[in-house]
Amino acid sequence: MSLASILVPLPDRSPPPARRVVTAPPAAQDEPRVAKMVVDSLSAYYGRNAVLRNVSLPFVERTVTAIIGPSGCGKSTLVRCMNRMHEIIPGTSVTGRVLLDGRDVYGGHLDPIELRRRVGMVFQKPNPFPTMTVRDNVLAGWRLTGTKPPDADAVVEDALRRAALWDEVKDRLKAPGASLSGGQAQRLCIARALAVQPDVLLMDEPCSALDPIATARIEELIHELAPSVTIVIVTHNMQQAARVSENTAFLYMGELVEFGATAGLFTRPADPRTEDYITGRFG
Amino acid sequence: MRMDAAEPAVRLPASPRLRWRRFVNRAFRVAVFGAVIVVLAPLVAILGTVISRGAPALDWDFLTSLPKPVGETGGGVGHAILGTLILAFGGLLMAVPLGVPAGVFLASDRMPRLGGVVRMCADVLAGVPSIVVGLFAYTLLVLPFKHFSALAGAFALAVIMLPTIARTTEEVVRLVPSTLTEAALALGAPRWRVMLRVVLPSAGKGVAAGIIAAFSRGAGETAPLMFTAFGSQFLSLSPLQPIAALPLVLFNYAVSPYDDWYAQAWAAALVLAVLVLAGNVVARFAMARRSP
Repeated sequence: MSLASILVPLPDRSPPPARRVVTAPPAAQDEPRVAKMVVDSLSAYYGRNAVLRNVSLPFVERTVTAIIGPSGCGKSTLVRCMNRMHEIIPGTSVTGRVLLDGRDVYGGHLDPIELRRRVGMVFQKPNPFPTMTVRDNVLAGWRLTGTKPPDADAVVEDALRRAALWDEVKDRLKAPGASLSGGQAQRLCIARALAVQPDVLLMDEPCSALDPIATARIEELIHELAPSVTIVIVTHNMQQAARVSENTAFLYMGELVEFGATAGLFTRPADPRTEDYITGRFG
Repeated sequence: MRMDAAEPAVRLPASPRLRWRRFVNRAFRVAVFGAVIVVLAPLVAILGTVISRGAPALDWDFLTSLPKPVGETGGGVGHAILGTLILAFGGLLMAVPLGVPAGVFLASDRMPRLGGVVRMCADVLAGVPSIVVGLFAYTLLVLPFKHFSALAGAFALAVIMLPTIARTTEEVVRLVPSTLTEAALALGAPRWRVMLRVVLPSAGKGVAAGIIAAFSRGAGETAPLMFTAFGSQFLSLSPLQPIAALPLVLFNYAVSPYDDWYAQAWAAALVLAVLVLAGNVVARFAMARRSP
């Protein structure tokens, strides 16, 4: 699966239209398949270089959506546009819309600070704050936004339990955040993101720095969280996408090639490029 | 400094080329060692002289008491040690609140063009001869008040400390991994809080090292104090009065015609050297162990 094996010539014609599921309008609350977030005609740029071109995707509430694709296809950029982390890098820009509960997060009614509290993020490498204790790491989302949790102890315990870390760290909440193992540190980061009760959790290759056992624990955790949080997971690992997600989007060269139910996409891909990628012909 | 790793583990049969390469290797080793010795020799010579000449006159009384009139034996530089500490801490009090935020600004790269100008100014300021800095403080804080003062001396030292603090802060803040900044921003933290609560604590030891380095730089300065703090034979705590400082005492005593003072100048030099070296060593130590 090395980059050198990319032999697929790029078609000159524009790619066939992506398979899309019809999103239910936000009004249909009784519908089981409500899109919590919708990315609509989104393009993202570094300078004048487009890394994401006209991507439209729904993210169904309380399910896991996986984003797969080869390196550099724009997966990370896509999730970073969803909590407006893309714009922290100088020279970047975005066109199109990203809807959260039907309202555009770039529309001006929601500032990035409030947005990022509602749309949490877990990064590729575990990044607990080294100068803070385990407990303070969990509370960081509150304190760094200048707010006080109603009951700090309850918030810490609840977040750590949801991140399946409580039993391992309950006796060393005062230990430095950097003292945990890689897998524990990543679950601490998940607890930190969950502590502010986000509606959506963006996970940017959360297992790529972890060993298989730690990876299995995180995947288990994703399953446990799915009924309460809308999860978007970027992954290099197609088996992982197949295991944890309900819907999968395949991105290639900054464009959405295919989107659909995970089972369908992996067994009967509609686009030849998807088939080539999931059968390991490139990527 | 050992270069044994460069030698092959298994000795190959010596061809002429190999012999030549071994010779070049040895020649370079000798040259490098020679350069190290040449560089270290002045330091050792200075320290050796200061210690051998200064130690005899150095005792507890010298460190704590005030100067005695010419002709009387004894007396010390307690007023100057205190004065140097007051001047240096006073300088820090002015330089740190400006220098640390300036360093943070430089590291943030938010405004690259302005940052470049600020960085160049800091570097130019660091290169300005210290007597010019003294003249600047003299015009600004001595002439209008018509008398020398500790305040003017501390200000002059602050100007000298400022670029050191700003540039070391920039350097250590840049070393804080961007993943931490991203993690904090992704939690919804505003940039100023990310800086105060995440980045600066992570860079804390390095920032402290920069401050200590600036302190010892300032404590050793003579020229900027000559027409600002001016020096004094008395113990003074007032910021608006002239104040003694070790480098000034050293300068005055060293050029005085009295043997007694001359001996005390060496002792003052020893005290000053220890103060400045201790600062540098502490700064190095803190730098070496700064958090990842």
